[in-house]
Amino acid sequence: MIPDNLLYAKSHEWCSIDGDVATVGITHFAQEQLGDLTFVELPGVGDTFEAGAEMGSVESVKAASEIYAPVSGEVIEVNESLEDAPEKVNEAPYGDGWMLKFRIKAAPEGLLDAKGYAAVVESESH
Amino acid sequence: MKTIFDTSVAGREGCWPCEGKAEEAYIPSELLRQGDIGLPSASELDVVRHFTRLSQRNFGVDGNFYPLGSCTMKYNPKFTEVVAAMPGFTRLHPVLPQLQGAGGQCQGALEVMYETEKLLSEITGMHAFTLHPMAGAHGELTGVMLMAAYHKDRGNKKTKIIVPDSAHGTNPASAAIAGYTVVSVESVDGIVDPAALAEVLDDEVAGMMMTCPNTLGLFERNLPEIVRMLRKVDALLYYDGANLNAVMGKMRVGDVGFDIVHLNLHKTFATPHGGGGPGSGPVGVCEKLEPFLPISRVVKLEDGQFFLDYDYPKSIGYVAPFYGNFGVVLKAYAYILRLGRAGLIRATENAVLSANYMRKRLEKHFEIPYNRICMHEFVASAAEQAKTGVRALDIAKALLDKGYHAPTVYFPLIVPESIMIEPTETENKETLDQFIDALIEIAEMAITDPAAVQAAPRTLPVSRLDETRAARAMELTDDL
Repeated sequence: MIPDNLLYAKSHEWCSIDGDVATVGITHFAQEQLGDLTFVELPGVGDTFEAGAEMGSVESVKAASEIYAPVSGEVIEVNESLEDAPEKVNEAPYGDGWMLKFRIKAAPEGLLDAKGYAAVVESESH
Repeated sequence: MKTIFDTSVAGREGCWPCEGKAEEAYIPSELLRQGDIGLPSASELDVVRHFTRLSQRNFGVDGNFYPLGSCTMKYNPKFTEVVAAMPGFTRLHPVLPQLQGAGGQCQGALEVMYETEKLLSEITGMHAFTLHPMAGAHGELTGVMLMAAYHKDRGNKKTKIIVPDSAHGTNPASAAIAGYTVVSVESVDGIVDPAALAEVLDDEVAGMMMTCPNTLGLFERNLPEIVRMLRKVDALLYYDGANLNAVMGKMRVGDVGFDIVHLNLHKTFATPHGGGGPGSGPVGVCEKLEPFLPISRVVKLEDGQFFLDYDYPKSIGYVAPFYGNFGVVLKAYAYILRLGRAGLIRATENAVLSANYMRKRLEKHFEIPYNRICMHEFVASAAEQAKTGVRALDIAKALLDKGYHAPTVYFPLIVPESIMIEPTETENKETLDQFIDALIEIAEMAITDPAAVQAAPRTLPVSRLDETRAARAMELTDDL
């Protein structure tokens, strides 16, 4: 469950880049580790972040966890539907469970490809 | 089970020897209730049976083993309740020590507070204590505020507090509430590594909050080096006393170099907790931090009299109404005196022995990621069992069927499928063995019949609760 066409942060966020717009969410592995999500807290449109900065949090029946911006830029769209339906992140982390769209201000740095992220998952699952 | 409202039948009532009726003449008519009060009507026997049944469904350490890691659910000896119920204490009004000329009527209570502060200072090696904080997290916030007051007084510009990933979950919250940026430092082999600390340590670090032993039940062996590193940048070291049960009487945290410590009297010193309180989280400090302690402070005069002193210009002020949870402090005081030095040390030794005994007996049946001599608790993992679909949560639920409170699960976060077990010193070997046998049986069932473990609990008043729905569709009020 690590799509080849996405980029990944070690902190388990994914992003897909289309021109200067990056769509961001958390990975299948992240949602699996967290268990059923009960709450997703996201920033607002217009907020800006540097890559690696804390941009929100997710809560599950097990734990609360921060989510970090995988890219630097400005939030231009928020998946508002997650407020009432956090389960979308569990059901389709790379689809309906997307979280934010950023207008990126520079090419992403330090992100992993699918193979690199698979190694991170492998080392963390044991 | 029906609620008392479901069983209500109009006209039924109990009896009471005197007719207590409010003097309606003195109450303005617009304030008098119009209509029905909305309470159920039931006979006295109905009420007695209803609440007796409810109490029988309650789970507590008085009835069963409660191995809740990170919480020290030890047994609370009943003599402390007798002491706390003495009318000389219960009939005191808390404002008495502040009334002119009334201090003579509460010397005993003031002496208890004074002596408890002295005993806690002796046990921890700290210079002075405040008893005011009402719980552990309240103690943490008080401690971080003391940190801030110290740095402000010194003209230090500090913005960050370091918290290891093996610390108690409340630590980062307390630091953030006090306005600091929380910087996490990753454990190496289960404990704080000086090299990892060096990477995040700089002049802007106000302090570091440590739980020792940490939430993996491991002792922080690098403490001397950590203390040296923090002192170089004038950062303070905070001790979260949640796990003091493992080192009480063995290590004085002040001697090690901790500057601030909070204790959970409701854990280490055997006062009841769980279910939300009441707790007590006294905070001890080293000498240089004493001027900042909250007011009031109990002072002993030369003639042996005690009084409350409010004249501390550098104090962070009030952190609680009156003097904290006095009744809880009183129970802890009685507990310390009853056990004495030798008894406290024995309690610690037995707590550590119990945990290691369980760890050794369970290591063949559960993965134990940091499997070495532990302190008062240890963390097992259900990662092996998870391969057949039986998760830590399922094992916890299956334990309920066997009459045990579940251990802490999914904490600490650094161990996947974690099961955190703290037996405490108050359980005998037979109980420990029975619990271990139950866990082994569940581990075997996870292989032979995983579906049965996943279906637990079966024998309780309620079956498996839908925790997800409970969190997603919260209903916190009931329209009576």
